[in-house]
Parts: sequence; structure tokens; C-alpha cells
Amino acid sequence: MVSTRSVSVGPGSLSYTDLPWIIQHREDRCTLCGHCTAVCPKEAIYLAYRRQRMPKLDVLKKKRGNEYRTFVGIRQKKNMANACIGCSMCSMVCPNEAIQPVPNTNEHRTLFFNNQKGEPMKRGGRRNSVGPTLLDQIMFNRISMLTDPALDAGRHEFNITTTLGRTLDPVEFLKRTREGGWIPPTREIFPFVIGSMSFGALSPNMWLGLLQGVAYCNEVLGIPVVMCTGEGGCPPWILKSPYLKYIVLQIASGYFGWDEIIRAIPDMQCDPAAIEIKYGQGAKPGDGGLLMWFKVSKLIARLRGVPEGVDLPSPPVHQTLYSIEESVMKMIQTLSTAFDHKVPVYPKISASTSAKSVLNNLVRNPYAGGLLIDGIDGGTGAAYNVSMDATGHPIASNVRECYLDLVKQGKQNEIPIFAAGGIGKNGNVTQNGLALIMLGASGVHIGKYVMQAAAGCLGNEKNRCNVCNVGICPKGITSQNPKLYRRLDPDLVAERVGDVFMSIRTEMKKIMAPLGRSQSLPVGMSDALGIADKDAADRLNIKYVC
Amino acid sequence: MCRIALKTASEAFSPYEALQGMEAMQEGYDGSGLGLLLRGLEFEDFKYNSKFPILSGIAHTEEAWHRLNLFMEKRGFELRYDHEFETRPEMIEAKDRYRYFLRAYKMPVSLAEKTKDEIETELMLTRLALRKDGENHGNDLTAFSFWPDVACIKEIGWPLEIGDALNLSDNRIKSRVCMAQGRQNTNYGINLYACHPFFIQGIATMTNGENTAFVPIRDWLLGKHFPGYTGYQSDSETFTHILHYTLKQLKLPLQAYKHIITPLRGEELANHPQGEFLTGLRDSCRRLIIDGPNAVIGTLPDETCLLVMDQKKLRPATVGGRPGSWAFASEMCGVDAMVPDRDPTLDFQPMREHTIIVPPERKELTIWSQHDPYPLGQAA
Repeated sequence: MVSTRSVSVGPGSLSYTDLPWIIQHREDRCTLCGHCTAVCPKEAIYLAYRRQRMPKLDVLKKKRGNEYRTFVGIRQKKNMANACIGCSMCSMVCPNEAIQPVPNTNEHRTLFFNNQKGEPMKRGGRRNSVGPTLLDQIMFNRISMLTDPALDAGRHEFNITTTLGRTLDPVEFLKRTREGGWIPPTREIFPFVIGSMSFGALSPNMWLGLLQGVAYCNEVLGIPVVMCTGEGGCPPWILKSPYLKYIVLQIASGYFGWDEIIRAIPDMQCDPAAIEIKYGQGAKPGDGGLLMWFKVSKLIARLRGVPEGVDLPSPPVHQTLYSIEESVMKMIQTLSTAFDHKVPVYPKISASTSAKSVLNNLVRNPYAGGLLIDGIDGGTGAAYNVSMDATGHPIASNVRECYLDLVKQGKQNEIPIFAAGGIGKNGNVTQNGLALIMLGASGVHIGKYVMQAAAGCLGNEKNRCNVCNVGICPKGITSQNPKLYRRLDPDLVAERVGDVFMSIRTEMKKIMAPLGRSQSLPVGMSDALGIADKDAADRLNIKYVC
Repeated sequence: MCRIALKTASEAFSPYEALQGMEAMQEGYDGSGLGLLLRGLEFEDFKYNSKFPILSGIAHTEEAWHRLNLFMEKRGFELRYDHEFETRPEMIEAKDRYRYFLRAYKMPVSLAEKTKDEIETELMLTRLALRKDGENHGNDLTAFSFWPDVACIKEIGWPLEIGDALNLSDNRIKSRVCMAQGRQNTNYGINLYACHPFFIQGIATMTNGENTAFVPIRDWLLGKHFPGYTGYQSDSETFTHILHYTLKQLKLPLQAYKHIITPLRGEELANHPQGEFLTGLRDSCRRLIIDGPNAVIGTLPDETCLLVMDQKKLRPATVGGRPGSWAFASEMCGVDAMVPDRDPTLDFQPMREHTIIVPPERKELTIWSQHDPYPLGQAA
């Protein structure tokens, strides 16, 4: 036994089995090409020279001695800053299948050390909870069987668009038509919207790829997809392009990018799809954007109107507020006016027990064009881990409550509710989306799913990767470093966006056809839903099935 | 799937004729109910004044019958005619039928000063109050309609048997319009209130097929908090209420009905002369889009008859006839049975965009297409 002082072990010392991911390296296969160490975003692995003592006994000479062998291998760093994140870039670039990270099945102690220098853990991604979500468990079980056979999803004609924007009550619509009054603007869109991910959070190549894909969906595939900018403005070339009509411009508490937008209004060739005012976000309710200096490149700085390389934490609330109700009303009206009352304006809030009161304010606000509610499973580019994991409200019951409240007032067609947060978390994007639509949402926003499906984002809910916040995205999706984002080919992203939406469209038909629905999106068709969980069935007011 | 048939003729005829049309289509229903709605009434033993509202329904017990009499008296309606059916109860499946009633009343004097709307509201509220009264007493009273010149008969069983049980072939009742439905139970329990045709304030419709968008439509109609938008024992009742909403609440022309329940597609609307208005109408009435498959047959207080299909047109219906006599039926054989002396080559099967109208003069069919210009002036 030696005294501990002679061994370099401190309170924060970790061994391989303490880390969430352990690098398995096969020296017999390694060609020492160095690709893995070069690509690792965390610099978690390094090429190491090791010396091995080979005891040598010369029997004839009756002499004991040693020989030393030198060898080279890949080793993993054990400090927190360089702990492996499991992204697997090393195994993707390895020409010889010599290396891969494997998840540590032991309880890893890094959980107790992820607050270095007093700074709690921050990350990108979403709530780290695994397993089927509530939405995954919902079944569509009102199948047309007896007298009216199910439809043919492949050959029948389907109308599957939804309305974005406020719709008037029929009586009021006719009155305004007669009197030449203002009819609030609406858009007919695909009910799966690419949710707000800012130019800043996303790399220029990712943004370009998404927009190309969206344009292709609209102009070639006939799927009217729209995408939201997130806070952080919009590149000027898009603002003045005909593609603006596919873009929902977001304004959030930092107002980043809105100088550019306002200045571009006179030169706009078309109106944007809508304006989204972000009051809250499901992943980090009550928190603002958190763009760190690593990601504030020259381009981002220009778009946002700030110096390069500074942290850009947005305030949690809009600073001009005296009271939220008043501000919501004023902001909606102001933005509606800025675009000549021709663009729908709607707020985005975190799912919350108070969502109903926000909704009821909107019902009385003639300029409000909808409400987007973002649930606890929503994703983000950067947030405190505790906000993501423990703060917020699940989306399903929140949307259902709000919808039923509108039903009671007979206003469910007037204010569309959009839902976000965890749709497609386990890959079941269409099933999750249509479940929410049948619970009462007019459409859903998907962000993380698009990153995963269209760009190959590596993040998951076992805390794999999730380093969007520090600008080292190994796929180049959320990085502003040209060396990283050049890894992402915008054309390939665009192609995948097309794949994703074509497949969602087909799956929608596959779900709607057996229900006998084809002529309108089945918003609020709760009689088609069942779940094998009695409490959830009661809470959502749908059928319990087993 | 239910079978539906309508006959309209300048000369009043016996409802038994429509039942024969129903019999021709008998493969399509399961004996879960028959509904008849008659307009333009003539009684053998009473010279009927078509302004007198007629109350139709069933009293299931003697006590309910007395309550009904008392209620109507208290409300100020004066009984003018009480049609007594010569029933053969042994042919009726249900045993709790104390009395089928079909009674003409004189309006209370207190209503003389009231506007048309107020009178119509009073008639509807009276019917609803009777219905409520029955529901409060273990469903011992069923009220189908209370309206001038409209009679309604509904019973559970096979159509022709019910016709025989109520002796409808005796020509004591005749009408110029007769709607008949043989019910195939689709979703919901067998219930007298679930039998078509459905009726509200002079407007009646009946449907075959299933309304797959029932729940969202029902929820929206309930949200209007209009007292007559209630019931919904059958998914098809929403079609009647949508027609009522279109004509009475929105005061739109009949053409609008089709534009509301099955709006044109986006690209079709873009090419329509009134596309902008119709797009707005589609958006504001979006929750009323039906999703079929259905054929909807309706009649209006002025004896106008209409037929529309859902967008998928998976439930064909045929219309045929000759000047003075026309028939709509869910099957061609139904038309044959009701108006045999017509030229069948002129029969018409409407497409998804069509509304078939037989106006009160009954001289010819009118076929409206949704692609035709919409009468915007009337909207104003």
C-alpha cells in the first residue's frame, strides 16, 4: 500500500468507468492514420506513446534484466472538459473499424462533476427521458369497417392542409364581406411546420439546406411546408427573395435581427408566411435564447447587429412589458400593423398550467392569428440542463385542455392551436403529430426531428452529443465554424427534407384513410383516439382501450 | 348503409308509395328503423289549414299523453285536429307505444303580434321542451317535429311492416313531398331520435352512409349554443343542422350549402369567379366540412327538394322523374318504384360538385355546379 499522495488522485479524478462513454480502441486494427483524433469535437482522444517493460532473464548468464518496447495507441482523456460525448465521429471516419465509443452501463460519476467552476451543466438537445412518450402510445382506432369501407390511401384524393391565422366566425365573416371590412390573413399550410431554429443556432449550411428543401417541397412536390426562423433574424438575401413566403419570422425578447427585417420591408417581394412572437419555449420555460460567444461569428454578428464574439443571452421576457396581457396585445397589433395586416401574427408560449388564460386573451384579441404551445419535450440549441429536464409541462394534456376550452366557447375554428415539443422524439413523427391534431391542434412544429432526420443530428435522450451550445457540432449542423459546417452539404440536407415531408404526407394518408377521413384535416377528431392507460384516457377525454 | 328515398309530386300521394320505393331497396337496411317526413299535407277527414303547426311524435304511456295535452294547453296551442292512426300494435316490435300522435294546432293568440323569427323560435322551443319532458320521465314521450305542414313518423322495425302497422296505405294522409329512410345502424344505439329524417325549423334532411367527421362538426355546432342544435343520437343530424345554419343563421342562398360541406379544392377556388369569397367561406366554416361518404337529401318549407353528395362520392344517388313528379333515391330501383312512368334515360346521378334542386313548381330539375358563379349579390 502506498500513501495517496504518491498517486495523483483528487476529488475530481475520474476513471474510464466513470465516464458516460468509453472509447474502445483496437490496436490490432489501427493504422495510426489520425483521422479519429482530428475529427473528435471534444478532443477526447489522443495519440499516445507508451513504453512497456519486458522482463528478461538470461538463464545461461544467470543475469536478470529488462527490455523496453515502445508502442503507439489511442487513449481517452478522463477530465470533464474532454469527456467523450458518444458522437461516434471517430468510428465514422476510421478506415479500419478500429474505434468506437460505447455507452457506459455503469452509473457514471460525471453527473456529480458537470458543474465545473460553479457553472451548472448547459447543453443542447431536449429532455433526457427515454422510452415511449405518451403520444407514442396513442392509437387510431375508429376504423371504418361496417358500412363504409376504409379509403385507399394510395389512390384517393386527400386534403391535408391546415389554416394558419385567425379565421372569423361565419356570421362576422359575412358581415365584413358585405361591409368591406378587414378579413384577417390566413395561410393554407402543411400541418407539420419546421419549428423555430435560429440562424445562429444553426449553421449557414443547415439553414440553406432547410430552405432549399422547403422550397422544393412547395414548388415541386406540392407540399406547402413553412419554416420558422427562430430568434436571430433572417439573412437579407432571403428577406428580399420570393422564398420569404415560406418563412415564419420570429421575434423574441432579444429582438435580434429585426433591424434588418424592418429595413427590408420596403424591398420585400412577398409577405412572410407569418410572424411568431416568442414568449416562451418548452425546453427552457421562462428563459431566453442563449447564444454563446463561440457561435457569434462575423455573419451572425452582422445579422443580429452586435459585435463579434460576445455572449448573446436573451432576456427571459420582453423588456418593454408592463404587463404580459397588455404587451401581448400591443406586440401582436404592432407587428400586424408593420406588415399592413396582411400577415398572421401569433405568439409562442411554453406549455403551462396557465396556457388557457393566454389563449383566452388571444380569443379576445382580433389581431391574434393563433397560439403555438411548446411542451417540455421540445428541443433547444442551448439551455441549462435543469431547465430542460425538469421545467415545463407535457404538451398533450395542455393542448387538449386549451382545445376543449375553445370548444366550450365555440371558437375552435377561430384561433388555431399549434403544438410542439417532442413530436417524433422516438421517430414516430406522423403518428405523434396526428395524435395531437386529433386532440385539437391545428398543426404541429417539429425541430429536433428535422435536425435528426434531415441532417443526421447525433443527439439523443441518453445525452449523446448534445453539444449544440458550444459550437462544436461534429456534423456541422449547429456550428458557426466554417471547418465544421462545411462538413454539411446543403444539397443533401434539402434532399432529406424532401424525403421527410413526402414520407409524412404518405403516412398521414395511411392514418386518415382507415378512419374514413380525406376531405379535411381531422382536427379534434378525438373519437378516433384510444390509449391503454386509463388515467391518460380520462385526462385527455379519449377512449381507454386494452 | 341506410337507404333513402324522396318523392315529390304536384298531386298529393300516399306515403305508402315511398315505402314501396324503400321496399325495392331492401338489401340496404337492417330493420333498425324507419323515418318518414311528409310536407304539403292533406287529410281525408279534415280540411287542413297549412298554417297550423302539426305536432308529431309518440306518447309511450298514458301519463305522458296527459302531460302532453296539459303542456300544449298551457302553452296556448289550441287543438284543431288529432289524427288517429288505425294501428295494429302486434306488428310493431316495441311494446311501449301508447299512442302515435299527429295533431294540428292553432297558434296561440299571443303569437299573433310576434315576428316570423319569434314564432319559429317558439315552435322549436315547444318541441324541445316536450322532448326534454319525455327525457325527464324515462323517455316516455318522443317529439319529432312541430311545424306547419310537416308531419313526421318514426318507428323501429322494417319499413313496409311499419307502414302496414300504421295503416298508411289507407289514403287518410297524403302529402306532396314524402321523405323516407330505412335505417342501417352504423355507430350508435337503436333509438327513435336516431331515425332520419332530422328536422329543425322547417328544414329536414336524411342521409345514407357515415359521417366520419361527426365529432368535430358536432362540437362546433354545440359551441353555437343554439337551442335546436342538440340531440346528435345520429351522426347524420349534423347535416340538417348545417343546412339550417346556412339558411337561417347565415341567411345564405341554398347554393352555399354545398360550398360549406364540401368546399372546392384550393386550385379550383383559385379559378372560380368568386374564389376569394368562397375561400373565406370555406375557412370560416371549416369545421363543417363533411367527410362522407354520404348522399344528403333535404326538403325546405317551400317544398323545394335537394340532393347533394359528399366530395368522395362513394354513395351514389339517383334522381329521376317527369314534370309534376320526381323521385330521389339512394338506389336506381328506388326511383323506378316511385316514379315508374318516366323516361329513365333522363335520370341523373349527381357528381361531387352538383346540387340537385327540384323547385316547388316541380316542372324540371335544376342542377347547380359549384364551379358555376356563386350568387354573391344574395350573400349581401
